[in-house]
Amino acid sequence: MSREDITELVARQLPEAKPGPCKQLLEFIVDAGHIRMLADYLKQNPLTKMDYLFCLTAADRKDGLNVLYFMTSSVYHHSVLIRVILADKAHPVVPTVSDLWKAAEFYEREVFDLFGIHFENHPDLRRIFLSDDWVGFPLRKDYKDTFTLER
Amino acid sequence: MYDFTAMTDSINKYLNVNFSPFWAGLIAMILLGVTILTFYSVLGLYLVYAERKICARMQNRVGPNRVGPMGLFQTVADLIKLLLKELIYIRNADALLFNIAPFIVIAASIMAIGAIPFAKGLQAIDLNIGVLYVLAISSLGVIGILIAGWASNSKYSVIGAMRSGAQIISYELSVGLALLCIITYAGSMQLSEIIASQKDGWWIFKGHIPALIAFVIFLIAGTAETNRGPFDLAEAESELTAGFHTEYSGIKFAFFFLAEYMNMFIIAAIATTLFLGGWLPFHLFQWDGFNRVMDFIPPVFWFFGKTALVIYLMMWFKWTFPRLRIDQLLTLEWKYLLPINLMNLVMIAFLTLMQWHF
Amino acid sequence: MKEILVDIDLKEKEEYIINIGPQHPSTHGVLRLETCLQGEEVKYIIPHCGYIHRGIEKMSEKLTYPQLLHLTDRMDYLSAHINNEAVALCVENAMEVQVSERVKYIRTILAELSRVASHQLWWAAFGMDLGALTTFFYGLRDREKILDIFEESTGSRLIQSFITPGGLMSDIHPNFQKRVKDFIKYFRTKLPEYDDLLTGNVIFRERTQGIGILSKEDAIDYGVTGPSGRGSGFHCDIRKIAPYSAYPLVEFNEITFAEGDTYHRYLVRMKEMWESLNIIEQLIDNIPQGEIMLNLKAIKAPKGDYYQRVETARGELGVYIVSDGGPSPARIKYRSPNFSNLFVLNKISAGHKIADLVAISGSLDLVIPDIDR
Repeated sequence: MSREDITELVARQLPEAKPGPCKQLLEFIVDAGHIRMLADYLKQNPLTKMDYLFCLTAADRKDGLNVLYFMTSSVYHHSVLIRVILADKAHPVVPTVSDLWKAAEFYEREVFDLFGIHFENHPDLRRIFLSDDWVGFPLRKDYKDTFTLER
Repeated sequence: MYDFTAMTDSINKYLNVNFSPFWAGLIAMILLGVTILTFYSVLGLYLVYAERKICARMQNRVGPNRVGPMGLFQTVADLIKLLLKELIYIRNADALLFNIAPFIVIAASIMAIGAIPFAKGLQAIDLNIGVLYVLAISSLGVIGILIAGWASNSKYSVIGAMRSGAQIISYELSVGLALLCIITYAGSMQLSEIIASQKDGWWIFKGHIPALIAFVIFLIAGTAETNRGPFDLAEAESELTAGFHTEYSGIKFAFFFLAEYMNMFIIAAIATTLFLGGWLPFHLFQWDGFNRVMDFIPPVFWFFGKTALVIYLMMWFKWTFPRLRIDQLLTLEWKYLLPINLMNLVMIAFLTLMQWHF
Repeated sequence: MKEILVDIDLKEKEEYIINIGPQHPSTHGVLRLETCLQGEEVKYIIPHCGYIHRGIEKMSEKLTYPQLLHLTDRMDYLSAHINNEAVALCVENAMEVQVSERVKYIRTILAELSRVASHQLWWAAFGMDLGALTTFFYGLRDREKILDIFEESTGSRLIQSFITPGGLMSDIHPNFQKRVKDFIKYFRTKLPEYDDLLTGNVIFRERTQGIGILSKEDAIDYGVTGPSGRGSGFHCDIRKIAPYSAYPLVEFNEITFAEGDTYHRYLVRMKEMWESLNIIEQLIDNIPQGEIMLNLKAIKAPKGDYYQRVETARGELGVYIVSDGGPSPARIKYRSPNFSNLFVLNKISAGHKIADLVAISGSLDLVIPDIDR
């Protein structure tokens, strides 16, 4: 499907979705409350069939913590990027998509480990790289580490 | 032509004449023990060296070539290193069993060497149930392995010991039945008689197809008996670190290591004795000239030459094939080797009755 | 460092837990597999990674693009050129510059040589894990030839940092073409030997056929790419889906099988080595002349988000750069193939034996520093 067709499909399903800044990939910005619905729709719809979540990550930007979902179809090879902006950096919460794509279970653990974003209803949300008693979330911009990482 | 019975008889007579029977017997035992232990250790050292060189050549490398001329003293250096290592004592391990296990394994192995005929008259003990004796004694080794795994107080060791125990006990059946085939042909279990029956040809040729089948089965089962080659998952480094001898260090580990190589030698020696004619030279039909030349070469050379060939075969297997999984190994034995063996035995019994062998 | 144990409920009396790793000869890196066994049978596995987490993504936020390139080779170090290429392509697409044809050809040739070298090491280690210790020496002997080629042109054997945003660090050595052509001829005689040694061997087939079956749906669901995914029928070769560098100019087959067991994952890699040799052969004689490095005043990606996907020897590597217009990225994320490939281990080894676990994790071809970054 072409980008315009997918945009139209998404606009019909979720009018609140806004277009995003990324030029290489077709991007939508949605609320945390709508991400599950949109992700499920894109996965189940036979025209888009986004069954392969190839990346789930986060970035600490000025407007909040952005959670990014990169998905593509193993059949049609068209890709979509969905961005969820969490303005509340103190208690960032977003529903999990690990029941839609099993890969998300581990990507979300990594995001939790490095950013501290809490995924609701995740089956096993705990740190993955750092030790369990680590304090702080390193990839946030306001992270202070006790031994100097930066010069 | 070369007959050592005269020499052994003369030593025997000398001892009996000059000492009381008790002392004569004791001195004979000590002499024999020292000879066999020396032979065992030296042979073990050089088998390890041979394996390292052979495996290196197959892997496109050179092998040990620094210590001594052509690396001949490499194993001696390794032995000294092992002797100097710290003996680690495991807390919570059963100390008596932990220490006794390597000795059981080595003792079983040394006792089996005693029955092997190296030349006419060069045999420590010539029982009339020779083959049965060798089989029974080498089965004692499995006790040592199980004790070693259990007493180490480690999950890896126990898994390794259980696997090894199951493997050895299963393959003993095949080894025994394969040997039984030749015993049926030869009509006796005494090792010197079996060799005598091969004067007009080795059993592997005289016994044609069934003997060949028995030989192949014996080689496979024998390799499995000694935890070698494609059947070495009891000590598979890539899975369980080192299996039942993970927790052993220093001289105790050296015992396990040495016992494995000497068991390989024993299996090869038994194969040589029963299938390949033992110390008998290679005679071709009735060509007298050729046979005379063959007779000149001392029987000890023949024996060690044939054994070396079988050992080379076993080493070749080890470095070429991947390992079998435990259940595949046991399936091989119980579902394939054992039925083939039984049918082979029936066929040989029939052939012997009909005198349809050469 | 304290690790809180996951509350494991041993359901049956005869279950016990064993730790394979972090130091173990066959996990090929520091990975701890907490395995719950019943007798010889695996009930489930909990992988614990993070032993070699170096914080590459965080470090890269303070480094310029040419500097952070050197960190990328240390992720999946066996296909280092391809990692470098991913970052280089991402930055070049962000800056909307095109490198010369010569650079594209050389990048592809180096990437394919990397792929062959990586598969050679994989084959060597896989055979060794299964007990055929000789394969280790044969695989490494042949890999030395590729490493010598790399050393002559790029200066280093394993970690080269040669492909950089804008082009290459320097031109290739004049001997490069001849040595690569000699290598192709030599290796084409060796690959049938590899097949003789392992592929056709009955014991090997018994150990690998029917073991660790990964269905296509599971492969897509878990995001298993690369030869592991293609062995299950998942058509995920980025060189075909979104070709980059000189891939649009060459013809090659994407190798997939439908069965999804260890044996077919093995076969995918063996056949991929043949395909890589074909790709190199199509390119090596026609390398056009051109400039090696673009004359860029400063390597700064304009403000925005950029994503680049490449196909490493193990799967799909993704580089996501968030840039504020400066010389360093505000956020860089590496979507590593091994991270996704690892977690399917629990699903496919449940019910098999410990010996099979070794074969399965060997067939998934995991490089642990890539998991942890």
